[in-house]
Amino acid sequence: MTWKVKAATAVIAMMALAGPAAAEGELNIYNWGDYTSPELIKKFEDTYKVKVTITDYDSNDTALAKVRAGGHGFDIVVPSANYVPIWIKEGLLLEARPDQMENFKNVDERWVNVPWDEGRHYTVPWQWGLSGIGVNSKVYGGDINTSAIFLDPPAELVGKINVEPEMTDVLFATIKYFGGEWCTDDKELLKKVRDKLLEAKPKWLAMDYSVTEKLPAGDYSAVYYWNGAIMRSRLKNPDIKFGYPKEGYPLFMDSVAILKDAKNVDNAKLFMNFIMDPENAALISSFAKYANGIKGSQQFMPADMQTAPELVIPAEFEKAGQFLLACPPEVADLYARIWTDISK
Amino acid sequence: MGSKYFDIRTLPGFAFVAMVTFFLLYLPIAALVAYAFNAGSSISDWEGFSFRWFASAWQNTAVQDAAMRSLVIAVVASTIATAAATTAALATTRTNAYRGLTFKYAFINTPLMVPEIVTAVALLIVFSRVKIWTGYSGLGYLIAAHTAFCIPFAYLPIRARLESMDSSLERAAQDLYATPWMTFRRVTMPLLRPGIIAGFMLAFVISLDDVVITEFVKSGGQDTLPTYMLGQLRRETTPEVNAIATVFLALSVLLVTAFFFINRRKA
Amino acid sequence: MATAREVSDRAARRDVRDRWLLSAPALIVIFFAAIGPLFVMLAYSFMAKGDYGDVKFGQFSLDGWFSVFLQRDIFDDTITLADAHLSIFWRSVRLSVITTVLTIALGFPTAYFIATRPRHTREIWVFLVTIPFWTNLLIRTFAMQEVIRNEGILNTLLIRLGIIAQPLQIMYTDAAILFGMVYVYLPLMVLPLYASMEKLDFRLVEAGYDLYAGRLQVLRRVIFPLVKPGVIAGSILVFIPSLGAYVIPRVLGGGKNMMLGNLIEMQFGAGRNWPLGAAISITLMAIVMVALLFYVRNTARSGAGHG
Repeated sequence: MTWKVKAATAVIAMMALAGPAAAEGELNIYNWGDYTSPELIKKFEDTYKVKVTITDYDSNDTALAKVRAGGHGFDIVVPSANYVPIWIKEGLLLEARPDQMENFKNVDERWVNVPWDEGRHYTVPWQWGLSGIGVNSKVYGGDINTSAIFLDPPAELVGKINVEPEMTDVLFATIKYFGGEWCTDDKELLKKVRDKLLEAKPKWLAMDYSVTEKLPAGDYSAVYYWNGAIMRSRLKNPDIKFGYPKEGYPLFMDSVAILKDAKNVDNAKLFMNFIMDPENAALISSFAKYANGIKGSQQFMPADMQTAPELVIPAEFEKAGQFLLACPPEVADLYARIWTDISK
Repeated sequence: MGSKYFDIRTLPGFAFVAMVTFFLLYLPIAALVAYAFNAGSSISDWEGFSFRWFASAWQNTAVQDAAMRSLVIAVVASTIATAAATTAALATTRTNAYRGLTFKYAFINTPLMVPEIVTAVALLIVFSRVKIWTGYSGLGYLIAAHTAFCIPFAYLPIRARLESMDSSLERAAQDLYATPWMTFRRVTMPLLRPGIIAGFMLAFVISLDDVVITEFVKSGGQDTLPTYMLGQLRRETTPEVNAIATVFLALSVLLVTAFFFINRRKA
Repeated sequence: MATAREVSDRAARRDVRDRWLLSAPALIVIFFAAIGPLFVMLAYSFMAKGDYGDVKFGQFSLDGWFSVFLQRDIFDDTITLADAHLSIFWRSVRLSVITTVLTIALGFPTAYFIATRPRHTREIWVFLVTIPFWTNLLIRTFAMQEVIRNEGILNTLLIRLGIIAQPLQIMYTDAAILFGMVYVYLPLMVLPLYASMEKLDFRLVEAGYDLYAGRLQVLRRVIFPLVKPGVIAGSILVFIPSLGAYVIPRVLGGGKNMMLGNLIEMQFGAGRNWPLGAAISITLMAIVMVALLFYVRNTARSGAGHG
């Protein structure tokens, strides 16, 4: 029977080993996939002797649903601008008052009094960017500054397109494609939007999340996706070209927030302050290739980011970009139902 | 039995299809393992032999944690599952039919019948509420879920062993005035041990491999190796994932081989 | 006599009680962490959906079940069949059936081949089937992805051989899911087939040939009926997990070609409609139960025929 005793001891020993590692300083970050700089995390872990765990999500809705369900165990979440008010209204966020933190002075004035979090009582800028078109120029050589690339795709691209699985960005581009305004409740126009998306979807290959690998490798020939990921693709494969949909494209800013039921609030606050340091913010951007909202971080970023066609918006397309706000509840519900219709 | 000029056992083309099947079964795994040794960072272009991805996986703390967590869950869950399955097997074999026997039978085997995704979302519903009520969100939920679906796997070989066991030895022990407990410890247990070991190993591998239920039950920062890999597949995949998979594969093969030999010795 | 009977009755009752106590731990764990939650889910399918996931607790609603099969148009409120859901149901059933058929096509000859090897080599062949079976499902799916992707082994090979000029787009199609499922579930077909073939009495086969039956006839009239229980068992073992597949379509289907498993997951994630997800889950379980009933009835009948 001694083997039993040994086995039991081994089990207890293993649990004991697993135990204390969990008891020390921890931080659980729930962020978009492929979005968090490993270098930044390493530096944070080393500086504060905190163990950081990152879990991915693929859309604002997924994150909201998971956290709303409870028992998630996360400390930090990074919702997009138009979702922040929902998170606050649902009572999911802690009023962490980052505006009173030491490094807050570094936040660019442009990003302080934002409509989704006036004066930044809850959130800190993470990264901002836009959704645009990425096309492999070897496959298609025509005009790519249009949403038609994924809504009315040219024959060369049919069946080779990947579209980001994010409701608001896709709906926005389609509403703009028909000349509508964001948050419109014009049913006639919205019917056109839905029908167009229903018609276009079979021509897409995927609504997936692995663009930085599959676009350069040729698995996808075109994407409607976030600009940073397309830049990363271009760095691997120079044939990838970037287009700004002239009909209208969404700008986004994702912000770091602390969850109300976070277990590691102090570490989460340390992290908030940490990422407002220009050098650290530069690490975030250097990895994911999106701009951040921290003054003075540019000097720490790679030179090619100052001139990248994906990041420097040409004057002629500047007006087409727009920040999306949360729509009134009844409109939001309508949009959600359209989206369900499409994604079923 | 077969004659030299006409083997009645052979059917034309069957051996060929069998060879194709074996080739198809092993080709993807072989490719996966091969690219784990790629010196380059691509999983499609070969750039020379190297161990660098094994080293990088080894040093990756996320991988270390996930692997450790996988092991802890698998050891604890399969130990509890094997214990529970052993007593359950003792209770449901070598007896006349009694009320509730069929029920127990069906009940224990139900986790095998229900599609995993269904169990997974049902557990998500219940556990997320329990997590809020109790404020506890540790590994206990994963261990409980794993134990439940491991029990039928542990139960199968233990029951099979019990049913094939000769009960005359135990009767002899009782005739010699051994107490039931002594009979159990000195006679039943040693005879049953191969079944228990087989059951434990089955349960262990099943727990180690689980993706779906773990994915839905885990709280933040509770990735196991399989769910960690599932997350990685959606990102930029480097041969590091192949390296992790290869090590994992080697572990499974090792266990199955051990299982194979234990069963063989028994027969 | 009467007292002796009483004594033995009491002993029998105590035995049954002990047997309940012994099985209690297993039953309790399975109840709390597997079966019980299914009933909770059933209850959830009759509640109103919460705004951002979850349900409005205790608020009765049939909307979840309504939207499994029907849909109300957003714009003109007309009620139609939920063709999006039905097409996913249909795809799941169709792909699972094709997977089952393909695994039989590959698995039957393989199992037969193994069963006709000499005894000592047989074990080695079975072992070779068992290894992929015990290899992590995710790893095997990932391995399949390596083979069929545009830059993968299959396309590279076909291009080198000059058979195709452009890589075949297999990833993210139904074919990819099919490849994955056949690959992953094949051992589940071979093993039960082999188990029934191992017991095959070749004297019957010999008798068939003696009666001037051709090979095809022997296969159809002699071998197949004898191994039918194995075929049915294998089909069930392949069909059920295929129907509920989640990982394979998620990795190989690219988030667009959903199967039931992904549809369910979506309702608990981005879809934020738990009652609907619960209702679909229960529907999936119902289909599985029907398949199992079919299996039980069939084996009972064929068992009676031979016994």
